[in-house]
Amino acid sequence: MEFLQKTGLGLFIIALLLFTATLGLDNYRLTEESLTQAIGNPYHLEEMIAVAREQGQLGKEYGSSFEFGAAFKELLKAAQESLNQKAKDGLPEGVSQWDYKMGGWLFKDYTFVATKKSSAGPVSGNPLFFFFLTIGLAILGGVLFILPKFLAIPGIKHNQIYHNPMTRGLKLGWRSFFLGATMIGLLLYGVYYMNDSYFWPAVTALVALFISALVLFYQNQAKRTPARSASPQVTGWLGMLAGAYLIGFYILLYWVPQHITGWILMVDPVSRALNGGEASQWFLYGLLYTLVILVMGVRMLTKYMHNRYQIVRTFSVMFFQVAFAFLIPEILVRLNLPSMDLKNIWPLNYTFFFDWNINKLISSGALGIFMLVWGIVLVIVAVPVITYFFGKRWYCSWVCGCGGLAETLGDPYRQLSDKSLRAWHYERWIIHGVLAFAVVMTGMTLYTYFSGEKTVLSFNSNTVRTWYGFIIGSAFAGVVGTGFYPLMGNRVWCRFGCPLAAYLGLVQRFKSRFRITTNGGQCISCGNCSTYCEMGIDVRWYAQRGQDVVRASCVGCGVCAAVCPRGVLRLENSSMDVKERTEVVRVLHVSREGVKLRD
Amino acid sequence: MHVVILGNGIAGITAARFIRKLSDHDITVISAETDHFFSRTALMYIYMGHMRYEDTKPYEDWFWDKNRIKLLNAYIERIDFDAKTLFGSQGEELVYDKLLLATGSAPNKFGWPGQNLKGVSGLYSYQDLQNMEHFSEGLQRAVIVGGGLIGMEMAEMFHSRHIPVTFLVREDSYWNMVLPPEESAMANRHILENGIGLRLSTELKEIVDDGQGRACAVITNTGERIECGYVGLTAGVHPNIGFLKGTSLETGRGILANEYLETNIPDVYAAGDCVQLREPQPGRRPIEAVWYTGRMAGETAAYNICGHQVPYDPGIWFNSAKFIDIEYQVYGDLQAQPPENHVSIYWEHPDGRKSIRLVYDREEGHVLGFNLMGVRYRHEVCEKWIREKAHIEAVLQDLGIANFDPEFYKEYDDEVVRLYNQQSGRNLQLKKRRGLAGALRFLRNPLSA
Ligand SMILES: Cc1cc2nc3c(=O)[nH]c(=O)nc-3n(C[C@H](O)[C@H](O)[C@H](O)COP(=O)(O)OP(=O)(O)OC[C@H]3O[C@@H](n4cnc5c(N)ncnc54)[C@H](O)[C@@H]3O)c2cc1C
Ligand code: SF4
Repeated sequence: MEFLQKTGLGLFIIALLLFTATLGLDNYRLTEESLTQAIGNPYHLEEMIAVAREQGQLGKEYGSSFEFGAAFKELLKAAQESLNQKAKDGLPEGVSQWDYKMGGWLFKDYTFVATKKSSAGPVSGNPLFFFFLTIGLAILGGVLFILPKFLAIPGIKHNQIYHNPMTRGLKLGWRSFFLGATMIGLLLYGVYYMNDSYFWPAVTALVALFISALVLFYQNQAKRTPARSASPQVTGWLGMLAGAYLIGFYILLYWVPQHITGWILMVDPVSRALNGGEASQWFLYGLLYTLVILVMGVRMLTKYMHNRYQIVRTFSVMFFQVAFAFLIPEILVRLNLPSMDLKNIWPLNYTFFFDWNINKLISSGALGIFMLVWGIVLVIVAVPVITYFFGKRWYCSWVCGCGGLAETLGDPYRQLSDKSLRAWHYERWIIHGVLAFAVVMTGMTLYTYFSGEKTVLSFNSNTVRTWYGFIIGSAFAGVVGTGFYPLMGNRVWCRFGCPLAAYLGLVQRFKSRFRITTNGGQCISCGNCSTYCEMGIDVRWYAQRGQDVVRASCVGCGVCAAVCPRGVLRLENSSMDVKERTEVVRVLHVSREGVKLRD
Repeated sequence: MHVVILGNGIAGITAARFIRKLSDHDITVISAETDHFFSRTALMYIYMGHMRYEDTKPYEDWFWDKNRIKLLNAYIERIDFDAKTLFGSQGEELVYDKLLLATGSAPNKFGWPGQNLKGVSGLYSYQDLQNMEHFSEGLQRAVIVGGGLIGMEMAEMFHSRHIPVTFLVREDSYWNMVLPPEESAMANRHILENGIGLRLSTELKEIVDDGQGRACAVITNTGERIECGYVGLTAGVHPNIGFLKGTSLETGRGILANEYLETNIPDVYAAGDCVQLREPQPGRRPIEAVWYTGRMAGETAAYNICGHQVPYDPGIWFNSAKFIDIEYQVYGDLQAQPPENHVSIYWEHPDGRKSIRLVYDREEGHVLGFNLMGVRYRHEVCEKWIREKAHIEAVLQDLGIANFDPEFYKEYDDEVVRLYNQQSGRNLQLKKRRGLAGALRFLRNPLSA
């Protein structure tokens, strides 16, 4: 058993190293053909070929995507310049200058496809071989590591979590460093992303400072340093490495996918088999995401063999990921139908009300209209009604893809969430702030959609959308949301950022049958429940005073109830006491009438 | 008024919190163990790496300041009750108007040869845990002496680090002074299936010195010598009142207190493990060293200190524990050697890790207690049935509302009913299944009995 596990771990590490190395194996050589595949616009293509030939770049070989990218950027700039010049001298008959000139926003796509098409070498030559050698081997290693765990005696297995450099978490100082550096880095990158406009990054920075000031000074949290530091000598260095790797992965994936074409080439055959087309970075991401949820889902099953709630729930997230998030959209693409993740609900799915999406759906016949209506019904009927009956868990820990990843890949890190009151204050401002941002942004979008205007109160709706997509959709949800698993726990996005979670949470807090019941006076204040609450809820605080837990943030993962050594907690629904469910403090064992008292 | 509380465990801290709620008195809590209140019950999880010390603190550190509860880390050597003054080992002097003694317990040592060697220790305080941690490095084997709950926890602790453990239990089955034979047998099996070296009917005779003042082996009453690097003494605890002996405070095994938790000295109260009740309620022991009673006593003491006369009423007995992976809960009167009038229905799952036992009165038929292994029951529902003397058959038909296992768990309550039918020739049906609504309906109905 131990041998199998060690082998598995070894194979996984080898696979991960190889996977990383595949990015450097291919060479890059620009050809007329690769340019043709990358650039659809005939004027742009012609100009690029001309410029490339003139500068002697055609056929020239580069050893890394970075050198290639730098050279390619020069070409793009030269071509753009030259097209601008030519446009001044007169456009070809019947061609608008928008079609003729090369806008800077096209650079990203051109670069990505050109890089992918220019790769030559072992990976692009044998994509399937490398797919199995890296991703396949990682799965094998993972499975070998995980499966023997089914042989253990069923029960909570948290031994040595806080002795493990991967899962022990960071000292407060290190955590603050990662958080601060990531935020500053992302905002600076945002300036570049917004074409050197400082406005929205500056606004965001001001909002962040404002919230910090509110929490620290107005809510008096400045001196209440959370006691959440790891062991004083060393900290979770493996976790830091893992976090850095994940952060790097997301940055490459979202903003400079031309540097991960090796990985994308590897999954091309899979993509072709599924949807008939080549893989984009999103296909790579979707595939990896699904595989990770499946493998780590099996790990969840081994860990909670004895707990049917966890088993059913884990199967549910695996199912929704495989079917709804991955296969159905791919099949729809293959059938040339509008593709949509039917369980992705606005405002998490923030592009749902964007003009291009609405137009796409309206123009794709009955299925498109169905999808439009479906999406709207989810927001205004399904969310409040199902949440009334079961709490927000029906979505957050049973259906949602972000939740699915958090509950599988993220499970080893759930203890790293910050349980301090200070963190709770931050949480409420930030998550409701994001919800407000999403609502305003969508409102502007719809206003411009129906009115045909470009701006709302002199703010350009398009720019606001772009910034939302960058700072919330990518930076927060992805880079911080997943990259921070080993640094701040597995639900950073769900807890602090997700606008849908905020909406579900409001329903759960004010109008739902759901709560976590406390079993009389059985709590021994041990703290397992709070420690393993991924949402950072101090469950013990309620349990030890005999109060049921009703919190907007609770995603109903059920782990508090699973880890409680005294059988104190149970996730339950009842309509009998929806109003008082937050108030009742039931265990007052000084049981004389008249001295009843509440905290 | 200055209220001084000696001991920052669950009893002392609950008292402090309630005194703060009830009054504006100055409050000082003294302890020599840790600066802040932590959960003693979670000591094992620190060792096992499930939690860190920080995580065992039920309140954040700023809580005390905010609630104007002064914390003092000092060891009190002597109390002058006439001068109402406490004297610390570093020369501290503290004057009180009212004093609450909540000094907890200390591990029992029965005069075994070698019991004070290095590498021999009980498990009670944070320092004990650090000591255990210290001796764990490179440890080849640990021997645990005493088959109670803490012994079991210690065995699980070493086991979690793959340190071989020999577990010496004086009785012929684990904890069979408390657990009925079937449950005790289940615990035995579970200890063994975890690979822990359980030695029943075995007592410690001597701990062997390695020549340098450190334990290197134990010798049992059967003459066997077991090499080990650590010896855990977990043969129970006694009230921690050594430093109070020889004062005017009346003590027995613990500090003697009446139902208002007052001692013989005016303005001096006692709560928690250190108390010996002069007149415990019928069926209850004078010293009950558990978390829950400490909490209730702390709350009661707060009322009395603040001038509301409230007698200590621990209600119906309940407790819980965990034997490695098997959870245990008990409600009501459940005895290992039951008296004549106790009858029980005992159902056990084929996997041998779950069981349900209901005890009821032979003549009257009312339910007396519940004993659960690997199954969770609702405290309040069981308590209400017991308090209202519900008939066993009424209980069985409604048994589902007591079930507190997570959703989707299989419900075994109907199997208990079936078993009862088999044994009694009756034909009862389980009418209520698991669910909060049914439980709430029952709990809110004043006339349910
Ligand atoms: C490992 C372990 C596991 C347990 N698990 C459970 C369980 O699962 N369920 C359960 O019900 N019970 C359990 N118990 C028992 C429970 O923890 C105790 O009953 C409870 O903690 C007693 O609380 P207390 O407030 O009376 O005393 P304590 O918690 O012992 O607090 C007394 C404090 O006073 C300090 N003190 C004493 N004298 C002095 C002095 N002269 N000067 C300064 N400070 C002093 C002590 O250092 C100590 O910090 C467990 C106990 C242990 C050790
Ligand atoms: S895990 Fe259970 S016993 Fe421990 S603090 Fe939470 S509710 Fe209480």
